[in-house]
Amino acid sequence: MTTAAIDRVAFRQARARRSTLIALGSTVVFAAVLLLAVTSSPGWPRVRDSFFNLRVGWQSLPALLDGLWLNVRVLVVCQVLILIVGLGLAAVRTLRGPVWFPLRALATGYVDLFRGLPLLICLYLVGFGLPGLRLSGIPNNPVLLGGLALVLIYSAYVAEVLRAGIESVHPSQLAAAKSLGLNYRRTMRLVVLPQAVRRVTPALLNDFVALQKDCGLISVLGAVDAVRAAQIQSATTYNFTPYVVAGLLFVALAVPSARLADFAAKRAAERQGAM
Amino acid sequence: MLSVRGLVKAYHGRSVLDGVSLDVSEHEVVVLIGSSGSGKSTLLRCIDLLEDIDDGQILLDGRDISDPRIDADDARQAMGMVFQSFNLFPHMTALANVALAPRVVHGSSRDDAQERARELLARVGLSDKADAYPDKLSGGQQQRVAIARALAYEPRLLLLDEITSALDPELVGEVLALVGELATSARTIVMATHEMAFAREVADTVCFLDGGRIVESGSAQQVLTDPQQDRTRQFLRRFTAGR
Repeated sequence: MTTAAIDRVAFRQARARRSTLIALGSTVVFAAVLLLAVTSSPGWPRVRDSFFNLRVGWQSLPALLDGLWLNVRVLVVCQVLILIVGLGLAAVRTLRGPVWFPLRALATGYVDLFRGLPLLICLYLVGFGLPGLRLSGIPNNPVLLGGLALVLIYSAYVAEVLRAGIESVHPSQLAAAKSLGLNYRRTMRLVVLPQAVRRVTPALLNDFVALQKDCGLISVLGAVDAVRAAQIQSATTYNFTPYVVAGLLFVALAVPSARLADFAAKRAAERQGAM
Repeated sequence: MLSVRGLVKAYHGRSVLDGVSLDVSEHEVVVLIGSSGSGKSTLLRCIDLLEDIDDGQILLDGRDISDPRIDADDARQAMGMVFQSFNLFPHMTALANVALAPRVVHGSSRDDAQERARELLARVGLSDKADAYPDKLSGGQQQRVAIARALAYEPRLLLLDEITSALDPELVGEVLALVGELATSARTIVMATHEMAFAREVADTVCFLDGGRIVESGSAQQVLTDPQQDRTRQFLRRFTAGR
């Protein structure tokens, strides 16, 4: 190495060390100011007792974890169903030919309806309306009905994300597939869909992170999930700490998915840059 | 073998092809020249049935393939097209790109299709790139894979649409060498190009297009060295001046 290069490396290392130290120092100062501001507020002792009571938090943890386990199961089952329904809807919307008009129109109407309907209203309508019909075969179970409402709403989102992906595949890819003699269905299945799904994976994962916390809303139908468990716990202890703990549990659940979504987005960007 | 009669094509009321007629016989190499926007690419895309035509007929072996009642996917199987921007499928390896049509359209078994694809990749000099994805290949290599892909199902007619225009100058040679080889191996080829020297070398017939019409056509020697039409002369002069 030339002396110029050695000098440059040394300078860069010194600069990197300094940056780290500054970041560390500013973080400590920032945290101290924040902590001081919160703890010196006049209502802090009461807030601490009713929101950050370690004893209550610890005691409510088993019940909350039980509830969270229900959320996780609902989440996994819903995710699979949402992907299937969403893919089906997106596929129906790309069908061509006059025979399929009613199906296409139905899928379009479905997406418009459930993308616009607030989740909470959908939960009430499905959760209380469907059993109200008293039809045989319709379950009364709040978990099933809540899951159904989640699938209805989120599959509309996922269908739109997938459709955007399908439409983002360049027409020259279709021309190439056509010129090889592939018919429309094979072109879709072998050329368009694989590229579309890859491109929208980050957006899909993002939707699933949102679904993760919305799973907590099935509690409004009476399902004993983490949110409902927190409600019960806080009613028996006259303390809000269980809500804080349940919230932290949801955050802990979402962090890995969020990192996975970031990672997928970064990889997709790299790929597109390479292409 | 291929006969284009009075082909008319307009985009949004703007005429792109204005009554083009062209006959290509078996084993003939026809080169289309002309400035950008003269209709060369559109003519090739119409022949491959990638565009709906407004008037005229396209006959392949006497069958009118421009008739909307015939199965266009079926008609396209007799033709192979290579595009200016390669259009390889980015989610498939070079081998999978080449093996795709034989496997799913022509009913070859997976093994047969792959073996044939390997042979073709070897022929275009890319045996060692069979498992590479397109984004890991240079432009010239991608275009050679695209040529192998178009040859994989033994099309009777090969359509090449300015296949060297998107390549760096130093990569043009490898692709042209390959096309030169194909031209001498008794294939029927219709190609659009800006490479005049190459056109003179391989073409049996050269057609000069201007404003959506074939202004002049004849042997390569005649059209390129002794053009009869003013517009052909103008074009060729500009072209040699630009070099």
